[in-house]
Amino acid sequence: MSDTTANSIAGNSSDSPSIRALLTSGLWSNNPALVQLLGLCPLLAVSNTAINGLSLGIATAFTVFLSNISVSVCRKFILADIRIPIYVILISGIVTMIGLLMSAYAHEMYLRLGIFVPLIITNCAILARAESFASKNNVFASAVDGIATGAGFALVLVALGATRELIGQGTLFADAHLLFGTSTSTPLIDLGEQYQGLLIAILPPGAFILFGLLLVLKNLSTTKP
Amino acid sequence: MKLKPRHLPINRHGLVLGCFALLVTGALAMTQALTENRISLNETAQREKVLAQVLPDQWADHPLDQHKTELYDEKTGLTRTCYITKVNGSATAVIITATATDGYSGDINMLVGILRDGSITGVRVTKHSETPGLGDAIEVLRSEWIKSFDGKTLSSPIESGWTVRKNNGAFDQFTGATITPRAVVNEVKNTLQFFNSVKTELFSL
Repeated sequence: MSDTTANSIAGNSSDSPSIRALLTSGLWSNNPALVQLLGLCPLLAVSNTAINGLSLGIATAFTVFLSNISVSVCRKFILADIRIPIYVILISGIVTMIGLLMSAYAHEMYLRLGIFVPLIITNCAILARAESFASKNNVFASAVDGIATGAGFALVLVALGATRELIGQGTLFADAHLLFGTSTSTPLIDLGEQYQGLLIAILPPGAFILFGLLLVLKNLSTTKP
Repeated sequence: MKLKPRHLPINRHGLVLGCFALLVTGALAMTQALTENRISLNETAQREKVLAQVLPDQWADHPLDQHKTELYDEKTGLTRTCYITKVNGSATAVIITATATDGYSGDINMLVGILRDGSITGVRVTKHSETPGLGDAIEVLRSEWIKSFDGKTLSSPIESGWTVRKNNGAFDQFTGATITPRAVVNEVKNTLQFFNSVKTELFSL
């Protein structure tokens, strides 16, 4: 928000910003979750474990990548007055297609991620990228921006998910087999039976509190003393 | 007559929006047509896989000969789907759908496999929305707990034992969660009682 690079990137430009600038912006300086505070509904709802966060992160990153490309391809035909309905048509079409294709060709994964896929449509971070970037830049830059934004969002999801899981349940990356399809898996960290877990971290209030603390950390790291 | 540019948009807006809607609908229809068969095959395979899970392992090698029927359960007021399973030509077991409505959040859908003699071959949760990290230990992927029903009947444990240990029952609860396992245990008991009341009817089909 206060970041000047982010604003100049988002602005109308005939020459596209460098890949490096795009990646820094999406991942850190203009991170959709930590800086723009977009897409908090799915972010807070599905970040109760690291694996849940990673699952939604992957699905979201893929969607913002494809939606950025398609908006950029169509940008010459999109009239300014009706751009929002057009974006919504494109994005919901993409999300539905991803759902169908996953169900057909990766059914196991669809059963695990299935509930997260419709949630992606509610993520306004995707609409924001279409509006502020993809509609003004070429296809390549939009694709890179999609990857950077998606990865930035996924990173916050995993960070929040890992924190909530570790505090609430005493494990880290438990149930990885639900995502990767192996039959069983052991958590990366397991504090053992003695650790009772702080229940609130897993429940919705914990999501708000810990996300607030993440924001504090992000702001501390970017504010010059 | 030549229209001034500012008169054009309304028509053009509709046209452009219509074109996009048509394009996306077309793409969706195409994707659906292309994936329809595979999706329904996948769903059938998945359903059979789940059904096979509540039956003894040694039956897994044979293709199951199953006959589906729907029966009304007067006690819970729900219609239950029953899959009568034949092994070597004779009806040996039945898989009954069950729904626990008194869980912590929302319905818990389950499948209960029961042998002809009334003993449980397996219980699996097919759908639920219990608290992640607490109530979701009813899933077989997360905990072995659900397997504690294997081999149980209505008389073993005795009726008062069909609840969680906290209420002096025979089944463990989870750390921090009692409501979810209690609801599951209770519904499995209901399903067994339902089985007893329709047993003769089921196996004569």
